[in-house]
Amino acid sequence: MIERIKKDLDLKFEAMASEVVECGIQATLMIKKEVFCEVCFWLRDHPSYYFDFLANVTAVDYFPEPKFAVVYHLTSIPFQLQLTLRVEVARDGVPEVPSVSSVWRTADWHEREAFDLMGIYFDGHPDLRRILLPDDWEGFPLRKDYEDPESYRGIPVKI
Amino acid sequence: MHTKYNQGYLQYLERMKQIGSTEMVINMGPQHPSTHGVLRLELITDGEVVRDIIPHLGYLHRCFDKHAESMNYGKTIPFTDRLDYLASMNNSHAFVMGVERMLGIEHKIPKRIEYIRVLVCELNRIASHLIAIGTYGIDIGAFTPFMWCFRDREHIMNLLEWASGSRMLYNYIWVGGLFYDLPVGFEERCQEFVQYFKPKLVELDDLLSTNQIFISRTANIGVLPADVAVNYGCSGPMLRASGIKWDLRRIDGYSVYPELDFEIPIGKGEAGTVGDSWDRYKVRVDEIHESVKIIEQCLARLLSDFARLPDFDPRALVPKKVNLKAQNYYVRAENPKGELGFYFETQEKTDIPRRLKARGPSFNNLSVLPELGRGVLIADLIAILGSIDIVLGEVDR
Repeated sequence: MIERIKKDLDLKFEAMASEVVECGIQATLMIKKEVFCEVCFWLRDHPSYYFDFLANVTAVDYFPEPKFAVVYHLTSIPFQLQLTLRVEVARDGVPEVPSVSSVWRTADWHEREAFDLMGIYFDGHPDLRRILLPDDWEGFPLRKDYEDPESYRGIPVKI
Repeated sequence: MHTKYNQGYLQYLERMKQIGSTEMVINMGPQHPSTHGVLRLELITDGEVVRDIIPHLGYLHRCFDKHAESMNYGKTIPFTDRLDYLASMNNSHAFVMGVERMLGIEHKIPKRIEYIRVLVCELNRIASHLIAIGTYGIDIGAFTPFMWCFRDREHIMNLLEWASGSRMLYNYIWVGGLFYDLPVGFEERCQEFVQYFKPKLVELDDLLSTNQIFISRTANIGVLPADVAVNYGCSGPMLRASGIKWDLRRIDGYSVYPELDFEIPIGKGEAGTVGDSWDRYKVRVDEIHESVKIIEQCLARLLSDFARLPDFDPRALVPKKVNLKAQNYYVRAENPKGELGFYFETQEKTDIPRRLKARGPSFNNLSVLPELGRGVLIADLIAILGSIDIVLGEVDR
């Protein structure tokens, strides 16, 4: 199934836009960051796929490798298909990934969570604030090089 | 910190400054009983009408993802119990399935173990739905269903405590097996419970479903069209109430669900419109009926084809150490609240995952609330929030 999507993607976009990565029992479609939003719109609206349900968005830190990955799990409710997309971004400065909250509204909160815990900036997100942690929290706890603060607002948090 | 990271918060502050003199900001929660936990809703109201809702989460954040990156898969199971603490069995079942599929041992699990898993999961599903219905009644102002639901749920809690030794957080389903076999006499006791519970369920249905006050408070309130539900990632009873027949027990057919006979109830709009609060309530009631059917079939098979054997060891396949290749896997299962997913990224030569993300159904179901709640009365907002049936343990993880 994933090869068929890859072929259709190659016809629509340039051949370099996507790449199939086999890692375990579920194959992943790696998408280039530059065309990611268009690919998502295309996958959602294509009459033979209709990936209309975004199940999950995960940000992964590969420290000490200098990269982050954002993984999207899509489901097609009419055709009962599943697809995994992956975008990779360099680890220096502010890692930026285009936001897909205009494609699937559920991405809004998922991206806020990835921003909150991993510090990925989603370009074009309507309301990118922290969601689980307090607004004045320093740092991004799910990064592998994160160090716990000594105190929060004068309250010691370590023994 | 980079200024880019702060933009969203500044936008939010700017927006709160622009609230007009006719509008008022009300904080509902985090200690409000009808928010079902520690959820804070910032309501921008105009008189009794809600103009906008800004949910604030995170009061119950327990760093599940971060914890899971520091311990092995077996040790993570008790943490998964605490995600949706009203349906702990279902959570650990989903997690364990994921690890078993990555190990490639999911077809080797004995049938008796699979049937016991489904049995306890469905018991837990009934317990979770009973809480959803009971507390929904209390949100609307009916106190009796709450008492009745908790009375019946207590029997399930006792049964599961007998099997696992704990009332709510069981740690019963393990990778490759179970903590223990069912105690002697469990099946018979469970059959007695089913016989007791069936008439009680009819009674509960009579009390609430056709009650005129209940219908006036819930029918045509918070109508969620199917396309909006899908776009917002709603799943479980939320999605089915909007008329989409989507149940992962059928779609994926995991465990022994393909061998069992049950229906998938969907919202039909009997009291009002398809996808209103009453439909969401009714789908849960119907699902309890289906779960009872599944339990009866499981018990029949556990007493005949897969009966207890003296030398049966439910821990025979439990691996000493989970040795996985580096791989990525997303597992999903149907929880009482919706699609529970776990995304694993494992590493070579260690039994600690690089990343483990839990996709809580309540988190996604709650995200549709601002959409549903714009322009309704404050009292109706309580009815809508109750019908979503959130568990904050899973929203905040």
